[in-house]
Amino acid sequence: MSTQINASTQLGTIGVEEVLGEGGEPRTPRRRSIQARRPSPRKVATRTLLNIAAAIVFALSVFPVYWMVNLSFTPNDKIISRTPSFLPLDFTFGNYLTAWNREAAPGQTDFPHALGATMTVTFGVLIATLLFAFLASVAVARFRFRGRRVFIVSVLVVQMIPGEAMMFTIYGMIDDWRLMNTLLGLGIVYLAAVIPFTIWTLRGFVAGVPADLEEAAMIDGCTKSQAFWKVTFPLLAPGLVATGIFAFIQAWNEFTMALLLMKGYNLTLMPWLNAFQSSSVGGSVNWGAVMAGSTLIALPVIIFFLIVQGRMTGGLVAGAVKG
Amino acid sequence: MSETATAERSKATAAGRPPVSRERVRARREARGAWVLLGPSLIILGVMVAYPAVLMVIQSFTDYTVKNKVLGTTPNVVWFENYIALFSESDFPAVLMRSLGLMVVLTFLNMLFGILVAVLMTRLGRAWRIVVSVGLLLAWAMPPLTATVVWGWIFDTQYGVVNWALNAVTGTSDWTNHSWLLNPWSFFFVLTIIIVWQSVPFVAFTTYAALGQVPGEVLEAASLDGATGLKRFGFVVFPYLRSVLTVVLVLQIIWNLRIFTQVYALQSRGGIAAETNVLGTYLFRQGVGEFGATAAIGVVMVILLLTLSWGYVRSTLKEEEL
Repeated sequence: MSTQINASTQLGTIGVEEVLGEGGEPRTPRRRSIQARRPSPRKVATRTLLNIAAAIVFALSVFPVYWMVNLSFTPNDKIISRTPSFLPLDFTFGNYLTAWNREAAPGQTDFPHALGATMTVTFGVLIATLLFAFLASVAVARFRFRGRRVFIVSVLVVQMIPGEAMMFTIYGMIDDWRLMNTLLGLGIVYLAAVIPFTIWTLRGFVAGVPADLEEAAMIDGCTKSQAFWKVTFPLLAPGLVATGIFAFIQAWNEFTMALLLMKGYNLTLMPWLNAFQSSSVGGSVNWGAVMAGSTLIALPVIIFFLIVQGRMTGGLVAGAVKG
Repeated sequence: MSETATAERSKATAAGRPPVSRERVRARREARGAWVLLGPSLIILGVMVAYPAVLMVIQSFTDYTVKNKVLGTTPNVVWFENYIALFSESDFPAVLMRSLGLMVVLTFLNMLFGILVAVLMTRLGRAWRIVVSVGLLLAWAMPPLTATVVWGWIFDTQYGVVNWALNAVTGTSDWTNHSWLLNPWSFFFVLTIIIVWQSVPFVAFTTYAALGQVPGEVLEAASLDGATGLKRFGFVVFPYLRSVLTVVLVLQIIWNLRIFTQVYALQSRGGIAAETNVLGTYLFRQGVGEFGATAAIGVVMVILLLTLSWGYVRSTLKEEEL
């Protein structure tokens, strides 16, 4: 439902591995090959400029992430200072303890409960999404039936309908069903948001395994379903892992509907962080703790991102088929 | 032989069922299997997307409020009154224009910087390319809310590192206590920085992958024919990029029009909501209660986004053989 998560989801096709190319060789065309001379001074200057540009891009990308981690280890009196400290010299874990133990705001959840709620809803959504979307993607990729094209177009269109636009209609529905402020209610909202993309991505993975492989297995004596489970399914594992992690990230990061549907002690992590940031216990916001909480929330996503980036290339499937 | 076949056929016709070939039976069985597999997804999408969508359109023509909901009374049909009020009596037109303007700026900057970074990456050595990729990946992986919280602190009025740096650079104390979020223009400046910072990696990685698809021989041939850098890019590289860039552009337009988290979080850090609302936050801040009126806003949003995303759907369908 949130924009940026979608951004993360869509690009699954390109990873660091792909950026590096096979065997570490750059994939980009070698333009220098036709002018294989000694580097002229001009070339050296260009190279230096390019490297400086790269350093700037890196610094700008990383600084906020570094700043978050840095402040999370800095004692609060050092954070609230006119001169920023660029290194956590007075290293402390106190902020993490505060973030972990204190209620987000009076009458609102603390971190462990928000974490538990988020993990429950995220894993529930993850399992349901993978199961539902896997079945649907097999139908779309392997079966010929009337209405198939209509279904695919609908999935693409639904993916583009902003869930936020329907927030109050959905709010009314969830309320009518007595699911307000429950993880089940939040979960089905997320499920509907994640499923279209997952079907679309998995469809690509299923279609990437040629039906010939299954037919070959059937000639060797497998039944149709045996052929599918023994031959095709293992080749889909990377696709399931990758789409699963993206579903996880989407549910983990979702903010709008959680803000609308959850209250008090049932907040998930994102509304927890929002409340924690806005509340000022004892007159001032504990910024070190806010940064510690932010770091804790961002950490799983960053780790999963790093894992998926390498896996989404689909190279494994392609390799198995071609090889 | 033929007699039995004829007899059987006539038996089948007599039973009122047309003769069915084995292929047809198989096709029918396959179709049934497919719909069974689609079932769970269809149900959840039907209940959580199609049904509320229809409900929203219906509600948008009524004066449904929370009072009707509590008392269980039927709301009146008011036809287009909600829409007319929306465009003539509320600040929705201003919000819509603000959203569209912001979308144009964000999309332009994301595409520009994304393509520049991608081109830069093709010209770097291996080590530097890894460094840049890791940096981009980190920016991209930050949850939007966390990113906004951190950037909000970086631009903090009293203790923000930006104010400190500007003081240091200018050698004055003009920037002490400079409030970035109070003025709508500088609010959107900060918002733009946050969103561009998080969106450029997507554009850059996609474009970089597309650049890798350009065959080296074609480029070499062009250089031998005397094409210089810009010409090579325009005539050789760009045609290869066009389809990828179109999809990225459409997605950027849609995502930038849908932003919620960053705007909402910055508003709660000290922005004036009334002057900085975009479509999503405007709708959210209407609050629960006037279901008919908020449904009208939702309908307008959906129509707008579907119109814009039609390009994406069409180009995806064109690229994929279905």
